[in-house]
Amino acid sequence: MAMKFSGYDAILIHGHAQVPTYLSIQPHKIEFKNAEALRGLSAEETGRLLSQMEEDAGIDLGIMSNIRIGQAGERLIRYASVVVDTYRHFGRLGMGAVMGSKNLKGIVVHGNQFYPIKENKKEYQKLYRDLYKRITETEVMEKYHTLGTPANILSLNAMKALPTRNLQQAQFEEAENISGENFAKITLIRKIACSGCPIGCIHLGLHRRQFSDGYDFESTVLSYDYELIFALGSFLGLSDPNDIYALIERVELHGLDAMSTGVILGWIAEAYEKKLISEKETETPVAFGEKDGFLKIISGIVEQSNEFYKTLASGSYAAAQKYGGVDFAMNYCKNEMAGYHTGYANLLGMAVGARHSHLDNAGYSIDQGLSEFDKEKIVDMLLEEEKERNVLNCLVICLFSRKIYDMKTVSECLNAVGISMSVEDLKTLGEKIFNLKVAIKKKMGFNYKKITFPKRFFETECLNGKLHEQMAHELLDLYIEKAGI
Amino acid sequence: MQASHLTKPKQEPISKKYKVLKADDMNKCIGCYSCMLACARIVHGDYSPNKSAIQIETRDGHKMVANICRGCFDPPCADACPTDALLPRTGGGVRYHADQCMGCGNCVKACSAQVIRWNSEEKRPIVCIQCGTCTQFCPHNVLSMEVRE
Repeated sequence: MAMKFSGYDAILIHGHAQVPTYLSIQPHKIEFKNAEALRGLSAEETGRLLSQMEEDAGIDLGIMSNIRIGQAGERLIRYASVVVDTYRHFGRLGMGAVMGSKNLKGIVVHGNQFYPIKENKKEYQKLYRDLYKRITETEVMEKYHTLGTPANILSLNAMKALPTRNLQQAQFEEAENISGENFAKITLIRKIACSGCPIGCIHLGLHRRQFSDGYDFESTVLSYDYELIFALGSFLGLSDPNDIYALIERVELHGLDAMSTGVILGWIAEAYEKKLISEKETETPVAFGEKDGFLKIISGIVEQSNEFYKTLASGSYAAAQKYGGVDFAMNYCKNEMAGYHTGYANLLGMAVGARHSHLDNAGYSIDQGLSEFDKEKIVDMLLEEEKERNVLNCLVICLFSRKIYDMKTVSECLNAVGISMSVEDLKTLGEKIFNLKVAIKKKMGFNYKKITFPKRFFETECLNGKLHEQMAHELLDLYIEKAGI
Repeated sequence: MQASHLTKPKQEPISKKYKVLKADDMNKCIGCYSCMLACARIVHGDYSPNKSAIQIETRDGHKMVANICRGCFDPPCADACPTDALLPRTGGGVRYHADQCMGCGNCVKACSAQVIRWNSEEKRPIVCIQCGTCTQFCPHNVLSMEVRE
């Protein structure tokens, strides 16, 4: 929102800076400023200082937004995240490392411009009111403004789809403890929203712990979501919300992607158990269900203290290539898995999705909705979903609200702001973006025909029973054929 | 400048119950900015929340505060207005007559709560007219209109 009201639709940053730098964007002024003092600082402290520095410079802040990296991005950890304002992230795929490679510690955007409503005034007001009502007064968005995404813990656990202890299990015997219900009951302090959204899905919990005798306590407020609780909870066999918060906090401060980090820790715990690696590599004992080892390893990843940690900077795939355990390094095409073990649609969807993210095509949701296994249907639904989501993502429509923003509604919204686009036009656009992404992936060396799956996916029973590797490849072939790639 | 305000009509006639905006339940605020967007969109004809007379701000990441017109009975902004563009409103706050405003910005400086924002493009203040539009778009009913006799 800040970017729109600073007058820009997109920001492209070429090249890299010689010294730590941050970018300040105002409506008529773009400045690269020295960020030497921010070198090595956590994502949280960097965020605070960026706002402070801009305020001190006497800039009309407007709707100010800032994004920045922590130490992980500076050290080029491939799954470094970018922290957005206070509680949101560009988590996956290592955008933090991209910024780090440019010596770009942060970006501050001042959205202090006006933007008069000139066209379709009446239609716009009416449509806004209707959408606002649908979002706040109907049940469509209820999950997000009640328990939030952690509502998934118990439901996925019940359907054998909650990845647990590095996916050695798909059910966690202590799921109740880490459920959305329990997090809310014992830690939730309030919910907040992203700018302009009346849902308020960001759940903030209090992480309180004693640091010395004499009633000395420290407390932090952290946001929690399903994926964090899966990756840093069930996947590591941790069942105490406070232990999970300790890991969330560490990941947050360093600026790492919580999902990749958790899944990598899962591989480490199992590789350690199976003696593929030892304390010589990890510099600490590590075991499922023990928080302290995981905390030390997270810091080790960022500190890059030995060869093992240097390899880990490239992720679980690279580490397993070197130390073994490829069959249980739980990644799809080198991107660590998301918190769903639902069936073939999820398996195939994450492997072929442009970002190898569960959000590319929502295979996990298709698996939950299919009444019977149907290869053609799975492939068709994945393709249709990914193309539609390409359009939603271009419009920066939150995927949580996808049930509100069907293509007809999107077309109405665009028309209300003077952009004439029919449902057909949108479908064509989705297709075009899909093909462009495929072309880019191929150009960068990605080969759909060479996709492989870690064996573990076929060993642990999921919502739809045991999966078979041969069927996964049949589906992949069908997808390649139908997508024309 | 002082002379003009002595001659302006002090109050409008009482014809109905007057209400002013209150933000007493800010601990329930989720910081969604729906109120700001409503004020900008409906009252000021703009997409940008910068064009809103109510401003929600975050403190320490999770505490929300509302900067709103406090509906003064004897508004310093109206006192400071040399052209009667701002007139005291019965029940508190002001009425704003844009056609009389000459863009001096005195009202911004005079507001003791420092909540009148300045539209630097048009050189006009962004004034709360106590219409209550923002309260209709608050998902948690944090905002309300208080009846003043």
